Amino acid sequence: MRSTAEYIERRKTVLRAENVWKSYDEGAVAVLKGVDCEISEGQTVALCGASGCGKSTLLHMFGGLDTPEKGRIFVNGAPVNRKRELVHLLRHEIGFVFQLHNLIPNLTLADNCLIPTVAAGIDRRIAKERLEELAERTGLSHRLGHRIQKLSGGERQRTALCRAMMNRPRIVLADEPTGSLDGDSSNMVFELLLDLVATEGATLLMATHDRALAARCDRLVEMHDGKIREHAHAG
Amino acid sequence: MIFLKLILTNLRQHRIRSLISLAGIAFSVAAMLTVVTILQGAIGMFSSILSNDSEVIVFERDVSDLFFSNVSTDAAEQIAAMPSVAHADPVLFGIVSSEGHPIITCFGVTPGDARIQKAQWLAGDRGSFARHADDVVLGARAADFLQATTGSHMQIGHATFHVIGVLKTANGFEDGGVFMTLSTAQTFFHKQGTSSVITVKLHNKDDVAAFKQTVKLKFPNLIALEDAEFTRSYSQFRILKATAWAVGGCGLLLGGLGVANTMIMSVFTRIREIAILRVNGFSHTQIGAVIFGESAFVSIAGAMAGLLVGSCFLDALKMIPALGGYVDPTIHPLLMLVVLLLALLTGLAGALYPAIYAMRIRAVEALRFE
Repeated sequence: MRSTAEYIERRKTVLRAENVWKSYDEGAVAVLKGVDCEISEGQTVALCGASGCGKSTLLHMFGGLDTPEKGRIFVNGAPVNRKRELVHLLRHEIGFVFQLHNLIPNLTLADNCLIPTVAAGIDRRIAKERLEELAERTGLSHRLGHRIQKLSGGERQRTALCRAMMNRPRIVLADEPTGSLDGDSSNMVFELLLDLVATEGATLLMATHDRALAARCDRLVEMHDGKIREHAHAG
Repeated sequence: MIFLKLILTNLRQHRIRSLISLAGIAFSVAAMLTVVTILQGAIGMFSSILSNDSEVIVFERDVSDLFFSNVSTDAAEQIAAMPSVAHADPVLFGIVSSEGHPIITCFGVTPGDARIQKAQWLAGDRGSFARHADDVVLGARAADFLQATTGSHMQIGHATFHVIGVLKTANGFEDGGVFMTLSTAQTFFHKQGTSSVITVKLHNKDDVAAFKQTVKLKFPNLIALEDAEFTRSYSQFRILKATAWAVGGCGLLLGGLGVANTMIMSVFTRIREIAILRVNGFSHTQIGAVIFGESAFVSIAGAMAGLLVGSCFLDALKMIPALGGYVDPTIHPLLMLVVLLLALLTGLAGALYPAIYAMRIRAVEALRFE
């Protein structure tokens, strides 16, 4: 296992939070209280902490879905703010995987996976080839034409993985990706996630409660009371 | 393709709501088409009465309704004597009622009038027109609803007339009218020495401008207009057209509100779906395109259905004997295009607020709380 210091020295920082603050209910609930964090290219990082400690909020900020009240967020060295092309970020640089699969129920598996390629205007033939490749790797080739309602929980989450990887993002943000799955499905989905991220050379930042899964990441970042308490080596 | 699927899937998922919205547009379009076509048909028919074998109409300046126009017989004679004029026919319009028939249009015409000379006579002899002051000729439909035949006497207004013939024209107003000599009409309507209009045919159409100028100089109280010019400018026609479009517009507005309601419901029930699209890279424009696409689909499909329903309704109206000749069911391609465009614009306008709402949905909140 490589050390955090080695990563920071040798690899480019792709995600960086600088003194990030965020609260809800007009300041009544402070979620992030001056978070500083850096994630290097190619790392798999587990973001752990109790419910409500701000893991998802930080993840959403890295993805441009939410904005800090104070502090700055950088993705690939560029600040994420309103001036930045957030759409470009979501289309080409970041892939999201949520706890709930967040698929569109009335579309087929294939259509759901093709949504990011439609958004990005990727050639249909190229998109289909990519879909076939990902479906093959995730064992979903035989389910491409099925509607989401017909799929099992594990299959839905694997579909969400495929969709997140469709546009070859350099960063994958996963918010409790196995949180809604049973043990076997959870392991299978996590294995697939690690495998896809590794083979695509992407960076993974995953919020999770599951310490066993977190231990299999390169780094473990612990959040407590709105702050990064420790940067521990996983495993 | 996915765009289309997103649009169609949602419409199919809420098919009752979509169908109600589509029906709203369809009936609005059908109503607009029917009202506009009937009124335009009526205007066309009235115009054709005036332009019968003529190209210029002379009538009293500044009257809003030709029934109130008074053109002196003397002026008619002077105009007829102009070198550029082939013939000038004074026509007096009047409206009377008879038992069970509140409105019967009367035409006071000269024996040489094209209406008498060129119409198809179903009964009687055109040569006998104007022999006696109480002789009248009936349009075929008038003869039918007045149950009159050649040789019979009938009460029209305050006088009794002798029916000497029945003629058939393609014009609903004429077909439902009563023709009498100009002098009889002048006496009957207490308009001695006047007519409502003079329809003028020139030897050479190129002389129209000069003719109009001559009339303007010689008869300051009269105005001469070309047929098309008259149809465009006659205030009654303009009022009718404006009314038709206003009524049709109100119908379309109601249809548009239906679409707006459907689209608002559509967006409110799909907040999570829209958030998913946002997270996967859909821009505001693309989100808006999905919403406007749904609305456009409903509007176009509704408009097509409305054109079909409207056409069938107009055809059905044509078959009603009482309306024979009054309804011209011909739908002009331009009118179809205008109605389609209006329906589309109405639908898009109805989707404006829902689209803006959808574009402003914050994905993070929608995904967190939905």
